[in-house]
Amino acid sequence: MDFQVVILAGGFSSNLQPLVSKEVPKALLPVANRPVLSYVLDLLESSNLKDLIVVVEGEDAALKVGGWISSACVDRLHVEVAAVAENVGTAGALRAIAHHLTAKDILIVSGDIVSDVSPGAVAATHRRHDASVTSMLCAEPVSGPSESGVAGGKDKTKKPACYDIIGLDSSKQFLLHIATAAEIKKDTRIKKSILCAAGKMEIRSDLMDSHIYAFKRSVLQKVLDQKPTFRSLKQDVLPYLVRTQLRSEVFPDEKTVEDNGKNNMQNNEVVLSHILSNASLPSFHQVYESGLNSRKTYKCCVYIADESKYCVRLNSIQAFMDVNRDVIGDANHLSGYTFSSHHNIVHPSAELGSKTTVGPHCMLGEGSQVGDKCSVKRSVIGRHCRIGSNVKVVNSVVMDHATIGDGCSIQGSVICSNAQLQERVALRDCQVEAGYVVYAGGEHKGETFARK
Amino acid sequence: MGAQKKGGARVSDDSEEQSRQRLQAILLADSFTTKFRPVTLERPKVLLPLVNVPMIDYTLAWLESAGIEEVFVFCCAHSTQIIDYLETSEWRTHPNLVVRTIESHKSISAGDALRYIYEQQTETSQIQGDFVLVSGDTVSNMPLADLIQEHRERKKRDEKAIMTMVIKKSKPSLITHQSRLGTDQLFIAVDPLTKQLLHYEEDKVDHARGSVCLDKSLMESNPSVLLYNDMQDCYIDICSPEVLSLFEDNFDYQHLRRHFVKGVLVDDIMGYKIFTHEIGSSYAARVDNFRSYDTVSKDIIQRWTYPYVPDINFGGNRPVKLGRQGIYRACDVVQSRSADVGASTVVGYGTKIGNGDRILNSVIGNGCSIGSNVVIEGSYIWNNVTIEDGCEIRNAIVCDGVRIRAGAVLEPGVVLSFKVVVGRDFVVPAYSKVSLLQQPMKEDSDEELEYADSGSGTADRLSGLSLEMESKGSELGPDGAGYIWEVCEGAHDEEWKHSVAPIPEDKLAEITQAMDDYDDMEDESVVPTSGELKSDADSINTDVNDPGDDYGYFEKEVEGTFLRAVEEGIKVELGVLEINSLRLSYNMESADCAGAIFYSMMKLAVDTPHSSASELYKTASSIIAKWKGLLGFYVKQTDEQIEVMMKFEEMCQETAKELGPLFAQILHVLYEKDVVQEDAIMRWAEEKAGADEADKVYLQQCETFIQWLKEASEEEDEDDDEEED
Repeated sequence: MDFQVVILAGGFSSNLQPLVSKEVPKALLPVANRPVLSYVLDLLESSNLKDLIVVVEGEDAALKVGGWISSACVDRLHVEVAAVAENVGTAGALRAIAHHLTAKDILIVSGDIVSDVSPGAVAATHRRHDASVTSMLCAEPVSGPSESGVAGGKDKTKKPACYDIIGLDSSKQFLLHIATAAEIKKDTRIKKSILCAAGKMEIRSDLMDSHIYAFKRSVLQKVLDQKPTFRSLKQDVLPYLVRTQLRSEVFPDEKTVEDNGKNNMQNNEVVLSHILSNASLPSFHQVYESGLNSRKTYKCCVYIADESKYCVRLNSIQAFMDVNRDVIGDANHLSGYTFSSHHNIVHPSAELGSKTTVGPHCMLGEGSQVGDKCSVKRSVIGRHCRIGSNVKVVNSVVMDHATIGDGCSIQGSVICSNAQLQERVALRDCQVEAGYVVYAGGEHKGETFARK
Repeated sequence: MGAQKKGGARVSDDSEEQSRQRLQAILLADSFTTKFRPVTLERPKVLLPLVNVPMIDYTLAWLESAGIEEVFVFCCAHSTQIIDYLETSEWRTHPNLVVRTIESHKSISAGDALRYIYEQQTETSQIQGDFVLVSGDTVSNMPLADLIQEHRERKKRDEKAIMTMVIKKSKPSLITHQSRLGTDQLFIAVDPLTKQLLHYEEDKVDHARGSVCLDKSLMESNPSVLLYNDMQDCYIDICSPEVLSLFEDNFDYQHLRRHFVKGVLVDDIMGYKIFTHEIGSSYAARVDNFRSYDTVSKDIIQRWTYPYVPDINFGGNRPVKLGRQGIYRACDVVQSRSADVGASTVVGYGTKIGNGDRILNSVIGNGCSIGSNVVIEGSYIWNNVTIEDGCEIRNAIVCDGVRIRAGAVLEPGVVLSFKVVVGRDFVVPAYSKVSLLQQPMKEDSDEELEYADSGSGTADRLSGLSLEMESKGSELGPDGAGYIWEVCEGAHDEEWKHSVAPIPEDKLAEITQAMDDYDDMEDESVVPTSGELKSDADSINTDVNDPGDDYGYFEKEVEGTFLRAVEEGIKVELGVLEINSLRLSYNMESADCAGAIFYSMMKLAVDTPHSSASELYKTASSIIAKWKGLLGFYVKQTDEQIEVMMKFEEMCQETAKELGPLFAQILHVLYEKDVVQEDAIMRWAEEKAGADEADKVYLQQCETFIQWLKEASEEEDEDDDEEED
């Protein structure tokens, strides 16, 4: 497939402080003891997309990510790692690596997605409609940005405060309107010209743009060139394309060239795309185009993932917890591990003390030691952790090399690698930074432990 | 007739409960608009012939066959004509349908009509339950029984579901889905599952914008909303009795859609809901304007409205025979051998067609006489019209008794009202509306009421007018009679939209152009530079700019008031009253008033001729002395006093630089006159202490004064202390 894949792996995201650190950029955060980036790479590989560019914000992070990639999958995939400046936004990142892009179509995937939706299907939809941009939508809930991050956990039943508003045509193939979380605090405004052309629009607020996009390279690069102020793909580029789909400003010149040279071929392509899209009726784009003023239009398509598919972005602490829980729980086919008959994974080299129980939906990494009379429920424990006796770990993530003293109780918390909890520490909804030491006997709730 | 019986039988077979409740309908025999003027000055709209049958007959025949047992015909304009017509028609004695008339002359809107019916209702309680609300210009063949059943069941489940609105998918049109019927663009949002109506927006009425605005709460409460542009509102509503009482409660509701529907949608206290019902195969449309008159006529000729077509008797009409190519011809038509009557044409009884005539896509009424070599295309010729030789008529409506003299030409879109005479070889310009009656004065036209006078009055005026006309000639050529109505401004560009003539190409292009202009405007204002930035920019636009502008106006008004007060020597108390009223109308704080008044005072001082700074100081202090009462009224709080000082500072920096050097002195005056208290000055000084150097100019100027104040207060404190001791 002539698709180039760009993975936007971010850098040291501030949303995820203190989980990310100098040592661990966002892309390498462990989800069930594997870097989150590995899920994306596996997903792409399963769709036979092997030509990848991983874009990382910041040189340091790029080195880290590059190091991991070369150790993990250099033999399977052709991966380039490109570093871009920090805080340039997703559009800025693409601008910076524009010279690497050569293929006709570009698939852009966020590096923090844990999903089983096939990117190949998105690419195929894109091709079938000869679209300028195709966006993948999946059903809610996808955990929103970090608002509920620290305190969260309880209000899962509530509707997230942020959601996307998406307008689809009646066939649910074309994207007619998109308003992202930032805009929807206001009333929704739908462009009449697009609505008139389509006749009918279904506006959904239960779908989420999941940061997998296929772009026509020419369109993407034109937009990036012409609109230097655009920073974000989701908030600027995509809405812009959707808004102007019926009167393309993006490629007036290009079209004339095509008209002169390969008229016939274009016709063929149109016929072909007709057949491919099984369209008995021409799409509204074509109707509109063939109208009086013969305007150039382009298509913004959507691929709507099946509701049973799993798709979560790891973009907040809450999402981090959720993803870890889901990957060893409800969505365990993603993890790539084989589960024991108790629905958990205990590495053979892990040592369990007497009367210690590891419940279902748990994971215990290589070489970790758990003392006596411990109880581990719905938690992920990394490699080479040392956990004392009488410790309770519930709904938590403990990263590699963490040390937990006797009598600790940990609920809904994240303990980063090399962190140390002394005896009888009780944590609830807390995050402990890598290498941090929590002193004995403390009782904490909803706190973040980090060195300033 | 067969269809009618079937309809009737079906309803009586239905459940017991339903048979207890008679199916009733309210038919508004008045559209409360002036779109059919000048024709409707002389005859009510519902009696205008649509393919040679009065419109109301279509509506009544449909209601009857749909199983409605009792219809209340609400008449307002020309009510006597309507009542007379119904008295003589076969509806009077119809076995299945009872037609009752309600007459009111005061009503000027559908809202008034329903309120009137509600009042009547309290006395007679004629309307027992759910009813169908239609207007007398509806042409439809949809079945109603199931819909009413659906409405009742929904009502039983949900008390608040008071109305079901019928919508129909309009024919796809490239440019606008509504242009076929000449109505405005309609945007409706519907819940896809429950079919509840969530949003209703008409272009034009809601000042046209490039986008449809959905309330954010709508999206919060509904995961999915269907937004339609390709639906047309049929104005057929199944209403529960609550609808009438809602009209009674909200006496300002006039229009069924603009006020009532929107009112219900916006009002979340009562929580009433409106649901929609989309009809698929049956026909429903409303003759709202000349364009829909044209469209619906064509639909009737093409039999979309079956069984209400010209060759079937449905309401006292004389059926005409259908020939090939959709040509309906009455049996006694006298047609010349050389005449060419083309497809989709209806020719009524007793009409004569002369040699070499060409008639296409037109409807010709009864008793017309058409000369030789006449061309009629896409036109509607009503009854007893005389067309002399060699005329050309394209896309026009020609009412009863019109005489078109030889060689005259009607350009597209012309409407000739009753008994107009077009002079020999006269060319009636496109889109003109011609009547024997003079165009009513502007004063009349703002109330949307067609003349409700009895027929005799109109006739008297008519005869008088035609006499007058004969003496002075006519606007329609030397031997013509009639006034060409001027198109009132504003409606001018609408003319082509509502006319019977097809929309010209250039107008179509214009619409698309306009569409894009909206787009451009939209883009310029809304295009975000970045998502985040955008919301900021927007909030600045909406939150800061607007009040800023308001404040500007307010300041001007206050200045004006103040200057007048100075000139006319108005008392301080009266000035306070005036400024208070300004404050309320602009919704300002008293600090704003203080700022504005002080600004006016200083401006007056600066504007008063002066030669030196000291003179300026004198004027300023005298003005302050004189008007401190006025200012003092608004500076009771420390915050307000600070506002005054800020304003002063701003003035010194921007508008009245002359005052700059006098800042400290004038501040001292303000202090002495008790306009500004010590606390305020201190706080101002504190606030300013952290500001930029440039901002501190005046603070430095006042340093000695502030120092003095501080010392004074300390002394005072000491005094106090001593006293306490």
